Formats: sequence, structure tokens, C-alpha cells
Amino acid sequence: MSVAFSENGRAEFERLLTRYPDKEAVILPTLYLAQREFGHVSDEAIVYVAGLLGVSPAQIEGVATFYTMYNRKPVGKYHVQICRNISCSLLGAEHLIEHVAGKLGVKPGGTTPDGKFTLSLAECLGSCGTAPVMQVNDDYYENLTEASIDAILDKLP
Amino acid sequence: METILTTHFADDGYRRIDTYRGFGGYDALRKALSMTPEGIIDEVKKANLRGRGGAGFPAGVKWGFLPKDLSRLRVLVVNADEGEPGTFKDRLIMSHGPHLMIEGIAIASFALRAHFSYVYIRGEFVREARIVDEAVAEAYAAGFLGKNILGSGFDLDLTVHRGAGAYICGEETSLINSLEGKRGWPRLKPPFPAAVGAFGLPTIVNNVETLADVPWIITHGGEKFASIGVEKNGGTRLIGVSGAVNRPGVYELPAGINLKEIIYNHAGGIKDGKELKAVIPGGSSTPVLRADEIDVSYDIESMAKIGTMAGSGGVIVIPEGTCMVRALSVLMNFYAHESCGQCTPCREGTGWLKKIVGRIEAGKGRAGDVELVLDLCDNMLGRTICPLADAAVMPAQSFIWKFREEFDRHIDEQKCPYGNRF
Repeated sequence: MSVAFSENGRAEFERLLTRYPDKEAVILPTLYLAQREFGHVSDEAIVYVAGLLGVSPAQIEGVATFYTMYNRKPVGKYHVQICRNISCSLLGAEHLIEHVAGKLGVKPGGTTPDGKFTLSLAECLGSCGTAPVMQVNDDYYENLTEASIDAILDKLP
Repeated sequence: METILTTHFADDGYRRIDTYRGFGGYDALRKALSMTPEGIIDEVKKANLRGRGGAGFPAGVKWGFLPKDLSRLRVLVVNADEGEPGTFKDRLIMSHGPHLMIEGIAIASFALRAHFSYVYIRGEFVREARIVDEAVAEAYAAGFLGKNILGSGFDLDLTVHRGAGAYICGEETSLINSLEGKRGWPRLKPPFPAAVGAFGLPTIVNNVETLADVPWIITHGGEKFASIGVEKNGGTRLIGVSGAVNRPGVYELPAGINLKEIIYNHAGGIKDGKELKAVIPGGSSTPVLRADEIDVSYDIESMAKIGTMAGSGGVIVIPEGTCMVRALSVLMNFYAHESCGQCTPCREGTGWLKKIVGRIEAGKGRAGDVELVLDLCDNMLGRTICPLADAAVMPAQSFIWKFREEFDRHIDEQKCPYGNRF
């Protein structure tokens, strides 16, 4: 199966090329684009991005696997990432993680059978003053309690 | 108390260029363009502006490291990869006052004769990256970025670049590799970035807060900035207080304010009426302090005297009843996860620290484990390309030195005396 950017994605890619002195530097933003266009960074996506940038698939794979934000496997419609670092832990993140895992019926790293939620643990989201914190897709949710998490997750379509 | 950065952060719309200009925004850039690059660098030196990213190197001195040869392009890279647990201040600047940072970048670039600048924002900060993107577009439209800025003949292109989830990319050479599209592996130094940096060009890497201070320094003069802090530490600092306090958040306070005052007066004291047990004073990698050690000036020199660091300004407050072995275990998980794997002492060492501290906490510690942790620390400290190994060692050593009895109790009793929970 082959993949290709949509017209919009292609235009954005062309714009990216004008912002950097060489094609290699466009790897990270192009991988984001691929993730947005294809849902996750599949093997096909890696080959496609390598072709666009004129570098080897191995080089793209090496970059994609170094960073935590590129999903090499499909994730649910909502990627729920709960911070478990020190400031969040001090304010109850461990209990929240257990709560969400129980609510969704998945362990961290798992996806619900309906494909709606993937639960992950994050090693510091950089929002320690409003701990505990979670990120759902691009959005942060702060000062969490069990009740507020329930309300947030239940409201997602 | 005089503030430099946050004065208008509560004002509606301050992130928009019109409101920012209404408060005198970009006047400092206009003034800077009438000065010489050397004159700007002198003001920053006079200001005693120390880098706000953690290492605290004097910014003006760093700027002076660029080679004198003007035939080569130069690059200013902005480190907005805020990832040190406990630190969340640059996020505040980017979301509430992005133009402060952009104006600082424009002034610094002119001083450095850099025509290209990249803001490297941690990938998770999607919202902040959008806000900065919009602000950059506004600044281009208003003629503060781009070609022939304010008719001065100076050109500057600014690009926002998102990281993709790697704490190590906060280290400047790793950040440069990541910007170039590589794995974020730190580089051996020398050559230093000022000689060979991003895309092989002379490069200065500065933290967001450091650059956001620059417009004020140009407007009011370096001496005025220096007078706000203490000797060798000019200006204010954005101090993020998190953990068990009544009012967590970011406070802009003069460099050299007392740490106890930060926690009790500004952050409202310890949550739930508890006693203070310990403080990690400058982000998760800085050596922990006991409650009786915090009556100290929060400046780089004073903190060094008591064996710790003000670091990136992240004060983490730990209340009574917290298991310090568990707290350390959380930190060791982090460093093991974030080690880039390039240097053996760090890759293996952080993994072992995580494993041994974890088993002590789980009640499976063995006699000699504490000594083993300390021995591992000795074999990691200063033996790697970048300071990530040191960043794991400093909490490990200091937690043991200051709370040794808790580690011993875990091993003697073969359980966590605190019930394995926070």
C-alpha cells in the first residue's frame, strides 16, 4: 500500500522547504505532517518521507524512533497522556493514572477495543504549576481531579 | 517590586502586537537599531544577565564568543525546549508575551549580526507554538522581522521549529542536531556552537527568558537591570513553584530573593497545613535541600555555596510524609527514559539507578545497594558528552546524603515505611 500527502499537505511541505537551508532539516516537520495526514508514522510513511526528502528510509526511521511524539503504531482517536513526573506525582498523579486505566479498561500503552482512547504515561509535560496534568491530542488539561478527568473524557465525541 | 517580564501578562490581548506596542513594545528594537552591535553587547554585559536555561552563563560574554570573521552567516537559536521537571516558565512567556521574546530575538540577532533565527519549541507545546507562530506573522507584517527591518538595512528571518519529545534536546548541541533533522544526540565540544553550530555555522543558543529580558535592558540600560538583582546576577527571574504549596505558579522575583520567602510568602506555604520536608530548588536535576537549608539567597553563587543550583528556576516543594525513595525513584525513571543512549556511563548508569532505587522502594533492596548507587554515581559524574548523566547523579547522591535513613529503613524492613504511595 502506498501513501501520499493530500494537496494541502503537499503545499505545506513545499512551504517547509523554503524555511530551512537543507532538506535534512525538514525531516522533523515532515514527520509531523505525515503523522497528521496518515494518522501514524507507518513504514509506508517512512519510505514516502524518505522519497520526498531524498534521504534513505533508514535515516528517517532513525529519527522517527528517537522522539516520543511520533507514533510508529496507530493510536486511538484520543491519545490520553498523563504526566507522572515529580510535581504531578506529589499531587496525586499515580491515583489518577489508576483511575483512568480502570475507567478505560486499558493499561498504559493500551488502546480501548473501540479505538477511541489510547492511554500513555508522559515523563513531564512542563506544566508543573498546574499539576496534575494530562495531554489529550494537542490539548492540555490542568489541575486534574478524578471528577474533572471523568467529565473531560466523557464529553469527547 | 519591579517586574521586567510579567508586568502586562495579565492584560487582555498582550500577546497581540497592537496591545504589545501600546505598552511601548518594539521601541527597544528601534533604539537598538540605532546603536552599534558592540554597544548592545556591552549593555547586556553591564546588565549581568545570566542565562536562564539552567547553566547560568553570562549572556553578553557568550555573545562575545562568535568569531570576528563576518564573512560567514551566523545563526541565533532560541532554546524553548522547556523539559526539566519542575520548570514551566518559558511556556508562560510564549503564551502571554510572545512579542517580548521576538523583540529580544530581533535585538540579539542584530547585535550578533545573525540573519537567521530558529525558535526550537518542545513538541508538546502545540498551543504555545501556534501562539508564537501567530506573533511571528504579526511581527513580519509590521516590519519587525524580514527584510530591511525599520529601514535599518538589517534582515532577519525567524522560523518556529517544533521538537518531537526528547528532554535531551534542551541541551544546546543536541538541540542543534535535532534542528538539523537528526537524532538529538549531544555533540562533543569543542568545537563549541559559537564556532561550529547549526548547519555548520557560528551559532548562539539562548533560552527564551534570557532573550525576553533583552528589550528591557536596551530601554532602561544594563546598569539599571543589574541593580535589580545581586552582585553578578542581574534582573529578575521567573521562578516556577510546584508541588505541595498553596499557590503554585510562576513568580517574577529579583535574582537573590530568599528561597524560604519564595515558598512561604509568594507561593503561600505548604499545602494542607503540612510541614516542609525537602525542596528541589532549581529543576529536577539540582541537588535536594532539607527543610532547614532553605534560608538562602536564590542566586547562582549563593546556591553553589550550599552545594546546589538555582538552575532553570523550578522550585519543587516536598511535604512531610513523602517517601524520599519514591520521589527519587520517579526522577530516576525519568532520567533512564530520557538518556539518549550515546554514552555508555549514562545509558547503562541511568538504567541501573532506576532499577536499584526502584527495588529499594519496592522493599526488595539488598544490603550494599545504597553504596552501589553511590558507586554508580561516581562512575557517571563528568564522564559523558553532555550533562544528562550528571543531572541524574545530582539528585541520586543528594537524596542519599540527606535522607540516608529512609533508604536504610526500606532495606532493613523490606518494605516502604510510607506504604508505597504518594
